[in-house]
Amino acid sequence: MSVTMNEAINEESRRSYIELKARERAQQILDPGTFHELLGPFDRVESVWLPMQGIVPQSDDGCVVAKGKIDGQPAVVIAMEGKFQGGSIGEICGMKMAMAFALARKDNEKGIPTRAVLSLESGGVRLQEANIGELVIAEIYAELVALRKYTPVVVVIAGNTGCFGGMSLAAGLSSYVIMTRQARLSMNGPEVIEQEAGLEEIVASDKVFVWGMCGGAQRYATGAVDILVEDDADAITDAVKDVFRKGLPPVLRTSQYDLFIRRLEAMDTSKQWTAEDIRKTWKEIE
Amino acid sequence: METMRFDYPASTTVPKRVCLGVVTSGDLEILLQPSSDGRSHVFVQTSITGFGETWKAVLDWFFSTYTDAADIVIHDAGATPGTVAMRLQQTVEESRS
Repeated sequence: MSVTMNEAINEESRRSYIELKARERAQQILDPGTFHELLGPFDRVESVWLPMQGIVPQSDDGCVVAKGKIDGQPAVVIAMEGKFQGGSIGEICGMKMAMAFALARKDNEKGIPTRAVLSLESGGVRLQEANIGELVIAEIYAELVALRKYTPVVVVIAGNTGCFGGMSLAAGLSSYVIMTRQARLSMNGPEVIEQEAGLEEIVASDKVFVWGMCGGAQRYATGAVDILVEDDADAITDAVKDVFRKGLPPVLRTSQYDLFIRRLEAMDTSKQWTAEDIRKTWKEIE
Repeated sequence: METMRFDYPASTTVPKRVCLGVVTSGDLEILLQPSSDGRSHVFVQTSITGFGETWKAVLDWFFSTYTDAADIVIHDAGATPGTVAMRLQQTVEESRS
């Protein structure tokens, strides 16, 4: 395919969102100059459990919470750092997320319409803090569901870690999901499935197959994602603004579970499905 | 994991606090802020044990030219001495910008 001069220039000026660290991602999504971090690194609220197990903690526990504005309206952005402990949800990281949602809900209840964005990069619960991690994930779900009545809760899944385990369900509970092709979204990650069910079930190193199953384009084609975006920082910021302009979604994904169960039940799991087959069959059942 | 503490004399003040880096394989996080007692204090938490002499050498080199009274926290996930030195210089640069 030939590339026109305009496209080539756009490619030159494009800034990657995936390359941004969590703090930079929060700054990118908020209106310029409005970023104000809550429980920042100098507050030193970090995991007490990791050092006990010989693991070096990070001063923000891999989760940046920032207040600011989106499109001129009050907003909170929660951005995970996928490179720290695989973007795992530990006690502090998870509680920061849950409490940020709770504060946003309280503001909404008081008549201050506060928006919420969750920029996810997560391998799931942090195994070193597993029990507390699972408890805070339950808190996150409860607060997310309470908040989404007032304002759209927007999830951004950019890559490279992707979004797995507990946070994949948080994405499912959200009002809108914005995703890149590079990212993956799934309950169980391909590596975990390969380890538990063997190579006959999945070859986790087969990138075409894995992305055909849980990559951004496939998830968009089968309705698990609302907006598919290029890895372009400004395009992602614009996509976030656009969904807030739309307001609350007419139908939440979680209220369509009947339809999803019917679709899953209609699929013959004894055969090997291809990405194209899944896209086609998924939409046929209404 | 190993933790270490180092102290150095100081004569000037930190213009601005800085946090940078990520605790991920081969990299480190550094927090730098003004200290309260006119000296510099470094707290190191590193995933690699047994390199106390190397840490001392890198920090001695850094403080041979750095004079701000700073509280520095380093969370290290196995960065090489070169990476540590560059991150320290980057921290100073950002605290002066």
